[in-house]
Order: sequence, then C-alpha cells, then structure tokens
Amino acid sequence: MDLKEKLLSSYLVFENKLDIDSPINDIRNEAIKTFEEKGFPSKKEEAWKYTSLNKVLKEDYSIFPKQENAIDYKDVKKYFIHDIDTYKIVFIDGKYSSHLSETTHDGIDVCLMSAALTKPKYQLIIENYYNKVATKDSLTSLNTAFANEGAYIHIPKNKIVDKPIQIINFSTGNESATMLQPRNLIVVDENSHVQIIERHQSLTENAVLTNSVTEIFTNKRAIVDFYKIQNDNEKATLIDNTYVNQKRESIASVHTFSFGGKLIRNNLNYYQNGERIDSILKGVTILSDKQHVDHNTLVHHIEPNCESHQDYKGIFGDSSTGIFNGKIIVNKEAQKTNAFQSNNNILVSDKATINSKPQLEIFADDVKCSHGCTIGQLDESAMFYMRSRGIPEKEAKALLMYAFSNNVLSSVKIPEIKQRITKIIANKLGVNIGFDL
Amino acid sequence: MLKIENLHASVEDKAILRGINLEVKPGEVHAIMGPNGSGKSTLSSVIAGKEEYEVTDGTIVFNEEDINELAAEERAHKGVFLSFQYPVEIPGVSVTNFIKTAINENRKAKGLEDMPAKDMLKLIREKAELLEIDRKFLSRSLNEGFSGGEKKRNEIFQMAMLEPKLAILDETDSGLDIDALRIVANGVNKLKSKDNAVIVITHYQRLLDHIVPDFVHVLYNGKIVKSGGKELAHELEEKGYDWIKEEVDA
Repeated sequence: MDLKEKLLSSYLVFENKLDIDSPINDIRNEAIKTFEEKGFPSKKEEAWKYTSLNKVLKEDYSIFPKQENAIDYKDVKKYFIHDIDTYKIVFIDGKYSSHLSETTHDGIDVCLMSAALTKPKYQLIIENYYNKVATKDSLTSLNTAFANEGAYIHIPKNKIVDKPIQIINFSTGNESATMLQPRNLIVVDENSHVQIIERHQSLTENAVLTNSVTEIFTNKRAIVDFYKIQNDNEKATLIDNTYVNQKRESIASVHTFSFGGKLIRNNLNYYQNGERIDSILKGVTILSDKQHVDHNTLVHHIEPNCESHQDYKGIFGDSSTGIFNGKIIVNKEAQKTNAFQSNNNILVSDKATINSKPQLEIFADDVKCSHGCTIGQLDESAMFYMRSRGIPEKEAKALLMYAFSNNVLSSVKIPEIKQRITKIIANKLGVNIGFDL
Repeated sequence: MLKIENLHASVEDKAILRGINLEVKPGEVHAIMGPNGSGKSTLSSVIAGKEEYEVTDGTIVFNEEDINELAAEERAHKGVFLSFQYPVEIPGVSVTNFIKTAINENRKAKGLEDMPAKDMLKLIREKAELLEIDRKFLSRSLNEGFSGGEKKRNEIFQMAMLEPKLAILDETDSGLDIDALRIVANGVNKLKSKDNAVIVITHYQRLLDHIVPDFVHVLYNGKIVKSGGKELAHELEEKGYDWIKEEVDA
C-alpha cells in the first residue's frame, strides 16, 4: 500500500473518532477529498520541478504515532532558547507535552489547537480564521484533513507579549517511521506584537516526515516576528506550509534558518489585504552532504502602498542542493508597491547545486519592483588576505560565509536567537570562533 | 632573518621573478624599488605565500627555516606580515572582529589561550591611538568604503596588533596624502626594533624620507639589478629608472 492509500484509509479510522457535529469535520472531509484528487505533488508540477518527494514517500510511516514518550528536559534543553524566559508549546510525536510546556491564558491565549478546535470559548476565532488563508494545495489539504493538534496563539488587541513563544515539535521515533502533521494558528489583533520561534527536532535515527501548516493573521498595525530554526538530523524531512494574511499597516517578518535535515521544503505565502503593509521574508541556508532545501515564496500585493522585502542567502557545500523560487504578484490595484527580492548564493563545492528562480507578475503600472540573484564562489583574494594575517583556511572560509549571511542575521531582533544561530553556524562549519560582529 | 636565494617564480606559466637574491637581518630596513611590472608585488606575495604564484626555483629561508612549502597562515604565525597594496574589502566582518580573530588564531598556533577580552580591548585602543584611528572606525566592515588612507592606516594598525618579525609594506604610500603618509610612517617607525625587520616596496622616494632604509634595491625584469644605501633612492628620484634599464639592457 503506498502512502497515499494508507493515508486515505487511515482517515476513515480517524473520522470515526471525531465529533460528527463539529463544523471542522466538514473542512476535514473536503480537505481529504482534495488530497485524494490531487495526490502528492510530483516533479511534473512547475512548483516542484527541482524537488522530488518520491524517496521520502517510500517509507512506511505511522500516521498516528503511539502515546507520548517521556523526555527529560535536560536531554533536550539544547533545542530550546533557554537563556531567556519564554512561553513554550511543546509536542512529542504530535502529542502535547505538559511538563515541557509553559502556556498561558493570562490576557493572551498561548495554548493548544486541540482545545481551540473543540471548546466553545474559541469558536468565534476558529470560525473567523481557521483554514481561511491556507490554500487548497494537496499537502496543505492533507494537513487540514488530519489536523487536530498544534499551537494556538491569540493575542487580543493592544498587547505587547512580554516574552517570546517557542513552538517545538519533538519526534522520538518509537515507530520505525513517523509522519507528523502539526497545525498552528496565530491571530494577532490590532496594535499587538508577538515574537515566535518554531523548531522541529527529531531525536531518533528513524525517518520522520513532518507536513506542517501554520496560519498567521496580523490585524491592523500588528507586528509579528517569526523565527524558524531548521537544524534537524539527516533522517528528518520537513514540509513547512506557512500562510500569512496581513491587514493594513501590519508588519510580519519570517526568518528561516535552514542548516540541517534531509529534505526541507518551505512554502511561505504572504497575502497583503490592506494598505501600508510591510512583509519581510529572510533566510539563511547553509547546507552540506546531500541536504536539499527548497524555498518557495509568494508575496501577493493586493492593495496599494505596501512593501515587501525578501533576502535569502545560501551557502552550498558537498553535494547539497538549494532552490529558491520567489514569486511576487502585484495586482492592478496595488499601485505604489515596493517589492524587493534578493537571493545570493555561494557554491563551496563543485558538486553542489543551486536553482534560483524569480517570478514577477506585475499588473500595476506605478510600482517599484526589483529582484537580484547572484551565484558565486568564495572570494580568493579575501581568502589570501585573511590567511596572510594568520587566520587558517577553514576559519577564514567560515568567517567569510558568516559575513555573507550577516545581513540577514543583523535583522534578528532577539539577541539570544542570533547567538544560537551563530553557534549553529560555527558548529556546522566546524570552527571554534566567536562571530561577534 | 630572511634569506632569499636564486628565487624564480611564475604565475600561469609566465616567469615573473628570475633569480632574486636578498638577505635581510634583524633591525634592518630594506627598500625595494623599481619600475612598474618589475615584479615588486609578486616578490611580496611570494614571500607571504600566495598560492597562485609558483616557485619554480630557489629558496626562501625565514629564521633558518625553509618556508616555501608553508601555507600563508603558517608564515603569518612565524612572524611574516604583508601590508597589501590593495587591501581587500570584506563586508560583514568588522575591523575589531577581524583583528581579534587574527590575534587569537596566531595565539592558537603557538599553543596559547585566547587573549582575555579586557587585554584585547586595551591593546586595540593603544594601537588605534598610535595610528590615530577613531574608535567608530573599528566597528566598520573591514576596508569596505574606506578611503585609500584609511585602508593603509588599517593595514599598519593590524601590523601593530600582530607585531610581526618581518613586515613587508607593499606600496603602502600609494593613495596616501601627506598627513596619512606621516601617520603611517610614524606608526611603522615606532614599531621598529633591533629584533624585527621591514621591507618597504615602493615606486617613489617620498615614503623613504620618513622610513629611512639601510639598503635600497632596484628590481627590474624580475631581478635585483642594483643595490646601495639610501642615497640610491635619491638618485632614482632624480634620474628616474631609465638609466638603470639602459645599464641592464646594454
């Protein structure tokens, strides 16, 4: 039985356990139909031209992992940003872990999707926002069909959330192979501000496939800073589908740091539904071995006087593959749009590959749109300069690579995240130098 | 300290150095002059260990050790320093971070711990003052958008931090106005001692008014064709290089 068939038959079992009166069920039923029709994406589709899921889909995944494994905090502390106080929503094999989490209902809701989908208290928000920006592509639909757990974050108006929120998904691999489908909803009301850190971390050598969906809504003048730390082990595959729906004068930034994992596909979609919106998409990707990371971004400028800023840096070593596919759509009505996109890459090895593809569809006539893509190698003269000052080759390379990504890192607002990323980069490059730039 | 014998070097199979002999002893200042294209910058790059240059014959011995097979960083760890004619811009790396990394990598090579941050700061402040470098300058990206004078001052600042045994100043005077020239020369003079040596590579006499050489060598067509005292530099300034070329080519 292939994975699609297995998922479809599992859905029948899953459906039987659900409350049939819930309106969410209609959404689920519709979603599974969509998935059944479309199936998994293949390389024949333009958007999946450079990324094949074939190998990943061959594993015999368990769709409903067994109950939570106990994890000691001290064993996983290193995956948390632990030197500052944070709210934490932690899942182990898709199940909520109360002892690793720190949620709140004190003026804001930082809690669980399972509760939000079933309790009347959250009904209005769910009705207004749940599955409202997620598209009907096959993988998102698959997630929607099975979604029942994840992070639910609602920040009512005029709140500056006092500390960042961490969403961490651990997998322990009790099963031979595990499929996880977390579903997050983040609603930030007028004038509110929140910072969120998300991480998927496998603790096993067994295969893990995560198909995650996150919907983010920023209402009037809201600010959301979202940081994705992707540094998983070489058996873990992540398909991250993130949708951001922005209302007027809001600012939403998503930083994606991709250093680890077997295969990562990031589908990051922004929709600007209002004027004077700022959308910020940044990424640093540093790959080695046979790693494969595919960034697929969309910024849809729907209304006038908005901005978007995309800046993705990639460094590719060994036989790794990187893809950047950045689409910008500017509607006819979206005059005075400022849309910027830049994708800079360094190939450190002859066997590494990068495919960079900007796609601009501009229907308005009074706009500023720019895109730039570079693919290069490390600057030899800079290397000699540094080495002549006593900095060995490996360290000189590392310093140059770090400097190359520094533009993106400098826009990280939480110093502890920046420190953590810096440490991960140093580890990844096998050097022991503090890049305190 | 430095003993170069019959040094031949080429880049992309083009012979540039054709048998250089040069001996530099501790405490000495040597000037290497010569017309454009004579091989001055190649000589400095070859001593510093640039990989693009292939040494086809001869030896470079530094403190009794043949350094020809050593990587650039290993030569630096032994005390060779090259002040670049065109210092490379490295966006994203600050002057301070760069020099800190360089100092600590040099210490690591000697089996020493990283320099404590406090000592590092003190040293940076002290040496920056010597080169009349503003503190704001230190947090800028290395050489990025620096004026010619700032770049050269930054080179000598790094030299002051690293305290090399042998400093090669490759056209350090180019792109400098009089004030910057004075500051740079002053810095070099203060760093000079009986234990270290300086090779000044230059086209013109004017830097040698400030950094006074013990020996002057003229490089032409990849060979040292004439050596003398500081008065040779004056003679070259007056008469140009044509008479040397004629003498050699005759």
